[in-house]
Amino acid sequence: MAGYYPSGLKESDPTRSEGLLAGIHLDLPLLTGLLLLCAIGLGVLYSAGGEDMALLKRQLVRIGIGLLLLLFIAQIPPALLRRWAPWVYVVAVGMLVAVLVAGEVGKGAQRWLDLGFFRFQPSELTKIAMPLMLAWFLAEKRLPPSWGRLIAAALMIVIPVLLIARQPDLGTSLLVASAGIFALFLAGLSWRFISGLVLAAIPLAWAVWEWGMREYQRNRVLTFIDPERDPLGTGYHIIQSKIAIGSGGLYGKGWLNGTQSQLEFLPERTTDFIFAVISEEFGLNGVLILLALYLFIIFRGLYIATQAQDTFGRLLGGSLILVFFVYLFVNAGMVSGILPVVGVPLPLVSYGGTSMVTIMAGFGILMSIQTHRRLLTG
Amino acid sequence: MLDKLRKNRTKQAKKPEKPKVPSYRGRRLFVLGVLALAGAGLVVRAIHQQIIETDFLQREGQRRHVRVEEVSFQRGLILDRHGNALAVSAPVDSVWANPRALAKQSPEKLAHMPRLADMLKLSRRGLADLLQRNADRSYVFLKRRLSPDDSKRVDRFLEETGLRGVGLYREHRRYYPTGEVFAQLIGFTNVDDRGQEGLELLRDDLLHGEPGSKRVIRDGLAKIMDVESIDPPKRGKDLTLSLDQRIQYVAYTSLKEVVETYNARHGYAVLIDTQRGEVLAMANYPSFNPNGDKTDRDERYLNRAVTDQFEPGSTMKPFTIACAIDAGKIDMNSAIDTSPGMVRIDGKEITDPGDYGVIDPATVIKKSSNVGASKIALSVPKARLWDCFTRFGFGSSTVIDFPGEVAGQLADSARWSKIRHATLSFGYGLSVSALQLARAYATLAADGVRRPVSLTLVDHPPIGERAINSDSAWAVRAMMEGVLTHGGTGVRAAVPGYRIAGKTGTVKKVGKQGGYTSDTHMALFAGIAPASAPRLAMVVMVDEPKGKYYGGLVAAPVFSKVMGHALRLFNIPPDDLGPDGVRLAGAGDQE
Repeated sequence: MAGYYPSGLKESDPTRSEGLLAGIHLDLPLLTGLLLLCAIGLGVLYSAGGEDMALLKRQLVRIGIGLLLLLFIAQIPPALLRRWAPWVYVVAVGMLVAVLVAGEVGKGAQRWLDLGFFRFQPSELTKIAMPLMLAWFLAEKRLPPSWGRLIAAALMIVIPVLLIARQPDLGTSLLVASAGIFALFLAGLSWRFISGLVLAAIPLAWAVWEWGMREYQRNRVLTFIDPERDPLGTGYHIIQSKIAIGSGGLYGKGWLNGTQSQLEFLPERTTDFIFAVISEEFGLNGVLILLALYLFIIFRGLYIATQAQDTFGRLLGGSLILVFFVYLFVNAGMVSGILPVVGVPLPLVSYGGTSMVTIMAGFGILMSIQTHRRLLTG
Repeated sequence: MLDKLRKNRTKQAKKPEKPKVPSYRGRRLFVLGVLALAGAGLVVRAIHQQIIETDFLQREGQRRHVRVEEVSFQRGLILDRHGNALAVSAPVDSVWANPRALAKQSPEKLAHMPRLADMLKLSRRGLADLLQRNADRSYVFLKRRLSPDDSKRVDRFLEETGLRGVGLYREHRRYYPTGEVFAQLIGFTNVDDRGQEGLELLRDDLLHGEPGSKRVIRDGLAKIMDVESIDPPKRGKDLTLSLDQRIQYVAYTSLKEVVETYNARHGYAVLIDTQRGEVLAMANYPSFNPNGDKTDRDERYLNRAVTDQFEPGSTMKPFTIACAIDAGKIDMNSAIDTSPGMVRIDGKEITDPGDYGVIDPATVIKKSSNVGASKIALSVPKARLWDCFTRFGFGSSTVIDFPGEVAGQLADSARWSKIRHATLSFGYGLSVSALQLARAYATLAADGVRRPVSLTLVDHPPIGERAINSDSAWAVRAMMEGVLTHGGTGVRAAVPGYRIAGKTGTVKKVGKQGGYTSDTHMALFAGIAPASAPRLAMVVMVDEPKGKYYGGLVAAPVFSKVMGHALRLFNIPPDDLGPDGVRLAGAGDQE
């Protein structure tokens, strides 16, 4: 796979001049963006968590672990990743099955696997395993994939997604599914096929709604779509969150001064709803700066993907960074009330261990794709 | 499609990358387009919420954590004429709960709830049921008005456990230091501090303050984080009564003694300052504890001195004679033939206990001759007598507007039959309240000028209206002094050292079938002191005494005791210092 390289690439490669960081396979723009985001996240967390230093320290440890993992993975050449891909996928799916059989229940859902020395969420591993597997599988043969391979790829997506949805963990299954679909899409799934799928889905959904559902089920779906139908249940979160965002105004109420968040009206304010705390305390300005930072990271990731040396790297990188985007969009959309409530954290900012580590691992892969190319060309 | 074909070709041909890059351009542009759209969606949404809807959402937020709460006010005091407290408001705490916030508490915290129930002396089950019933509400009182000890205990409990959704609310509880002595006059308030009975009800507008307000910042669990006062509560105004706590106390205990001694239904008394119209005592027995539970309606709540009307009986005679003198029909020396102790009018007999023969008006009062009074009344034209009685205030309510006050009844003279004309002279055929009767006696005391009565202190003696000329009033007062002399009916009303002008009354009550009975009576005494320069007038009424029932035996001793205290407490100089300084009291139970 390490064949030739377009001659023009060397000159246009911005990483060339970053001698020291490139030496340890890190991408400076991406790393800068990530560190900035983590720093902002810690600041917001300090306020959202009620100025709890212990909480902050735990998050700091996770960021540290994540960065170490990023550094480690960045050293692994894409070729090696490609060789491991199917095995990582098999292990991840195996653990998903194990979690359903012997998993630990936390917050009403079976997600954790107790490995004795630490508890592990296999669905997080799947977030990495899925793009690896699909990229490996699709890059094996010529693109676009044949019908048979398409069906095989679809099965590879559906099996872990269903396993995760069974836990139940809707947010993660959504992210894992989107990782697979992005890989398929980038592999060149025909537009005709995509539009056919969409066109088929509309009458099917209508038919299910009309004949396949009972009244209470329809109500549940409606509440899912419009949480204000149930202002004391699910709707409570989203209403409080909208109020927090809206009351931030242009400039915000200032750090540590958000009333919705500080007075404990806002639920899950350190985790899934931390975006609302940012909106309330830093206002529209803060939100725009945060979104700009995210977009910078995403565009850098996309750039790396498009500049990847082979199909595997391109599919893998593209899928990983697009999933990161989905993270952001689903979380921000949910918190600001344009999407239904799905448990997806704000990447790198929300308090929480496993997703932080997984996202860092993903960026490790991206950095590996970016930095190993140059080394290989020598 | 073209893109893909080209891409495939490049893949197979392993040609240089260059043509391969544009082959993905469609996808890349699509991805970028979706990214841009989604990003724009987030930005537009943020702008919409944070710029356009910000006011609305900020208000919504404030509605949730900023709440304006009421601050309870302190009700005004009720004081006696010397500033002694008769009704005070003490701060007390009530325990409230927010069932909705409680539902969000952790099970460990909720495990403390049974302890709270024990502390409040509520059943654990009852407390759980109460919270269950109000599960969708955010404010419910668990117990109103704790004792200071209990409220301290609950406060400490809340501090220790950190339990949220339960708290103390500062209220004011009304206490009546004088208890049952003033109970009917003062009345009481309800649980919301509004007057329910008596003066608490009558002067609620004055006593009731204005609740203040405060802005309270609460967190999602209803715990109060910050308080900012907006408007301090306005304390109610104090009400200073004209009554004297010491005299009231004597009146109450004396009534209690007489009612219990004679197993009477009830007794009441009114004492008035005749120069200012101020009521100095207004007592009722039996009474009730205004500090206790007052849930049921109870006839003991009635301030009978103003809410009960009765026929005044013989206590009316001085007015009959005063009106006749004022009309020029008789004078002090007129001779009235009461023989043979009976007179027949319209076929009905009016009788005296004995044949008093030809007597002067003073003897009519002293012996309480019904025949004499009737003959005197019949000498005055109906309209003239009605007019005179009316000027004494009979048939019209006092101006105090006490809740449940009665005006008494005096029919218009056009409707008087001859027998009614006669019986009115000794107090049958009209009805009065004790306060009204006391006002009429005060009018006699004030040389014929009727002044409005008042339960509160008056700045200047009110001007009043003349009922009869002062000579007529003086003459009748002089005659009434005879009642307490040897052979009179009211000797037991005497107060050593003072000259008293008074009149007894023993009134037959109307039975259930209508018509007067001879076995149920009201014992009355009404009088003025000191007779030489009147300052005080008093009416004592005992309803249905058993055994002895004469006004001179049952009511007169109460008058003596209360009036004696009042005269001494007001430092009124004695006007009857005989050689040994003590007026001789005669014997005689006749009326």
